[in-house]
Amino acid sequence: MILPWIPLLALLGVVVPLLTRQRGRRFCSLATAAPAALALLLVLSQVPTLLAGDLPRFQLAWVPQLGLDLAFRLDGLSLLFASLILGIGLLILLYAHYYLEAHEPFARFYSFLMLFMLSMVGIVMADNLLLLWLFWELTSLSSFLLIGFWSHWTDARKGARMALTVTGAGGLALLAGLLLLGDMAGSFDLGVVLESREAILADPRYPIMLVLVLLGAFTKSAQFPFHFWLPHAMAAPTPVSAYLHSATMVKAGIFLMARLHPAIAGSEAWELIVTLTGMATLLYGAWFALLKTDLKAILAFSTVSHLGLITVLLGIGSPLAILAALFHILNHATFKAALFMSAGIIDHETGVRELGRLGGLRRAMPITALLTSITAAAMAGVPLFNGFLSKEMFFAEAAASPLLGGLSWLLPVLATLGGILSVAYSLRLVHAVFFKPARKETPRSPHEPPRLMRAPVELLAALCILVGLLPVIAEVPLGLAVEAVLLTPLEFHLAIWHGLNLPLLMSAIALIAGVLLYALHDHLRQFGRQFAPMDARLVFEAAVQRLAATSQRLTTRLENGSLQRYMSWLLGAALLLGAVGLLQLPSLAGARPTQEADGILLLGAALLIFGALGTVATHRYRLISLLMLSVVGLVVSLTFARFSAPDLALTQLSVEVVTMILLMLALFFLPQKTPRESSAGRNIRDLGLAASLGMVVASLNYAVLTRDNHGISDFFIANSVPGGGGHNVVNVILVDFRGFDTLGEITVLALAGLAIFKLLNRLRLFMPHSDGEGRVWSPDRYPLILTSVSQALLPLALLVSAFIFLRGHNLPGGGFIAGLITAVALILVYMARGVEWTQVRLDFQYQPVAIAGVAIATLTGLGSWLFGRPFLTSAFGHFHIPAIGDIELATAMLFDLGVYLAVVGATLMILANLGKLTTPHRPSKEEKH
Amino acid sequence: MESLYAVTTGVLSACGLFLTLRGRTFPVVVGLTLLSYAVNLFLFSMGGLTTDGAVIVDGPSDYADPLPQALVLTAIVIGFAMTAFAVILAMRARGDLGNDHVDGEDNREDRSS
Repeated sequence: MILPWIPLLALLGVVVPLLTRQRGRRFCSLATAAPAALALLLVLSQVPTLLAGDLPRFQLAWVPQLGLDLAFRLDGLSLLFASLILGIGLLILLYAHYYLEAHEPFARFYSFLMLFMLSMVGIVMADNLLLLWLFWELTSLSSFLLIGFWSHWTDARKGARMALTVTGAGGLALLAGLLLLGDMAGSFDLGVVLESREAILADPRYPIMLVLVLLGAFTKSAQFPFHFWLPHAMAAPTPVSAYLHSATMVKAGIFLMARLHPAIAGSEAWELIVTLTGMATLLYGAWFALLKTDLKAILAFSTVSHLGLITVLLGIGSPLAILAALFHILNHATFKAALFMSAGIIDHETGVRELGRLGGLRRAMPITALLTSITAAAMAGVPLFNGFLSKEMFFAEAAASPLLGGLSWLLPVLATLGGILSVAYSLRLVHAVFFKPARKETPRSPHEPPRLMRAPVELLAALCILVGLLPVIAEVPLGLAVEAVLLTPLEFHLAIWHGLNLPLLMSAIALIAGVLLYALHDHLRQFGRQFAPMDARLVFEAAVQRLAATSQRLTTRLENGSLQRYMSWLLGAALLLGAVGLLQLPSLAGARPTQEADGILLLGAALLIFGALGTVATHRYRLISLLMLSVVGLVVSLTFARFSAPDLALTQLSVEVVTMILLMLALFFLPQKTPRESSAGRNIRDLGLAASLGMVVASLNYAVLTRDNHGISDFFIANSVPGGGGHNVVNVILVDFRGFDTLGEITVLALAGLAIFKLLNRLRLFMPHSDGEGRVWSPDRYPLILTSVSQALLPLALLVSAFIFLRGHNLPGGGFIAGLITAVALILVYMARGVEWTQVRLDFQYQPVAIAGVAIATLTGLGSWLFGRPFLTSAFGHFHIPAIGDIELATAMLFDLGVYLAVVGATLMILANLGKLTTPHRPSKEEKH
Repeated sequence: MESLYAVTTGVLSACGLFLTLRGRTFPVVVGLTLLSYAVNLFLFSMGGLTTDGAVIVDGPSDYADPLPQALVLTAIVIGFAMTAFAVILAMRARGDLGNDHVDGEDNREDRSS
């Protein structure tokens, strides 16, 4: 299996420079180039397989639930792009070796570059839509790192941010589009998608999907109106510009359109959107390339323009147009990368990139001048260079396209116009830098670059001529790539001379008019200057800041720090959702017959309502309110008892006791009365909100109660004895069926205890010497009766809790209830005797008890692993113990012991620590030792 | 009986919610406690109201629904932990900030609408 090694080698290349940077730049550069070169060889080694008509594929399930596979393919299109990416990447590495200054962190740069290479190779080889998208996002991220490489420089940071925002937003659109596409095709597998053209085009969601996918492609490939990030990305070091922004990354969008061409292209919407966007981009880019004065900006805009050209061809979509598009991708990568590197050399050797300050470099840098002229001629489409061939094919296809119906002559006219502009800016580039007499001294005295720095440019320039003279050599890779896009082989022949025809005429017009245009371009630039310059970066930054300011304003409006306001928003939302849900019920009452209420029930309900209303009515007088609350709590526990839930009744009763003690203790430290501070309007609003929610709750409850429920409880009842070994189903659920939940719950309990312990740590509170009415506390601190009763009660209570604990598995009871009873009994002792007295006799901390409880429960669960069972599997059996008789023991009981200890520990941790605060003399650790 | 039960949970929730909208910590804690009673009753009733039943196998033949009971049982205990945490947070806030307003500063209740 060779395929996965190609991205893996690139991945290796990411790590290598970081590992070898200590050994010097030369070694590091070579070590980084090695895996890339090997990957290139592997790619090329697949050519015979492809020529034999096979399609190398590799597939490994990654997240099958999502349809995401680690799948790679290497068809002709992938091969073309992968060799481009790896080949030019190698040249860029060589160039960067000389380009970066000595003090710059070259290893990091190489690493970013290789990361980018990896993600590009991933895009072009991905055989799964989601995988493709992942690599797509990775290119956005790695290009962000590369553009912002000179992070000390504001322009670099802003350019990087802009590129990331635009391409990242496009990436999100693409994700949505690809998800839709996968859904339409029924699979994310590229092979399936490419063969589902009919289904996709017929799908009603096709236009949405198309727009989303194209948004991704257009943002990445800098198509108008998303082109603006590309010129600003030129703040990157030149090797990056040459690699990302001419040869590879900006081609990713083009690649995507070509890749998905068999599946989504060919509709009228596709032709119109893609062709017209491409044409607008072509002209817009070419126009600004002519006006700009910065060397790299010219190249950036010309790149935008050429990308538009390729897009037009993909939009036209005829087999020959596809061929022309692929051919131009190849040619553009060759001459544009070379041009960028030449620009970098000029910048590097002279210290400037402004056309106005350059000139006459022909003398100082004759070879560079020659190379630049060759590649610029290729860009302009001068005959005998490679750019000429693809550009002429472009003219031919534009002329032949039936798009726009009666206006179809517009396309070739605009194409020729683009050609004219392209000749003009190419000519200007060469002439202004090398031939026009110099006006100013450059910061550095210009000279030729190191031999090897120029080598990549030389190689690429040679290719420009070679392909230009002998186009036959490009036929094999292009044939394979075209076959991959069209899904059928295409018979074609690349030739320089096609006879006297329309495209040739268009080329001739472009050449002649282009030269004329350059001669006149000073006037044009004067004309262009009349328009207010629009700096895309300023517009972008302003938009970003407006967005941030708006969200800031919105946030401060919504989030003003008032918890009451948040609460009312929350409740309002709950009310809305609940009411909407209720509205959808056909009728409130369900089919289940209701039961008669008897007098006791009426009395209970009246008590509950009285208690609740009383709690609210007296809420300013906190102690009375608390007493009212306890009425509610007690009647609730009676309610549980009435409706066949003895376990709940017991739990509620013991919790009620603990809660009341807790709240009373807390109230001791808090104001006894609540001031009257809510406005009448506020009170009415709150009343309205609470009352409406209460009605929603009541309706909902009634609706549920009058309907039959088909729960899963029958399973628990049926399996309680055979599966859990217990007769009390509630307890069996707690410690066995849903033991994992219970484990979570006691953990929360213990954590709450610990948190409270820490909150109370070093808390110093004002201790009132009298109650709210000014009455001093009773001097009788520990009443005698309570003291004696509690002493007698303690062993009894412990006995009861042991009893409740032991019977819990079969009768009402269990660890929770037993724990609460023990806690209550101990708290009673604290209350009767005071903290100090009790502390002496119960000389241990409660934190370890709670933690031990959680630990025992966890270990019980882990124990089942020893027997090869899943976590928390319980076991039980009957044992005969002499003198006691038959007894049934289950591991669940051990788990319940953990619950018991956690409850005791946590409850006492809370109450005993709080209680300590009430003693004026707090025994501290320092005094003990 | 069902309507009576539903009305009771409704009143309990309304009272609890009204108190949670107050501006001082202690009524909010009381309100939360009241609300948790209401929620527990509500959840408990999901299995229907069974009179004279039990969830003891081999006991009375009329089984109540054990699942809501088990869930509510732990909810009661967790509710206690939550109440305790909230009230002690309130104490801590009073100790550190010097007042018992939920926002940590006095007299801001009516600033917001």
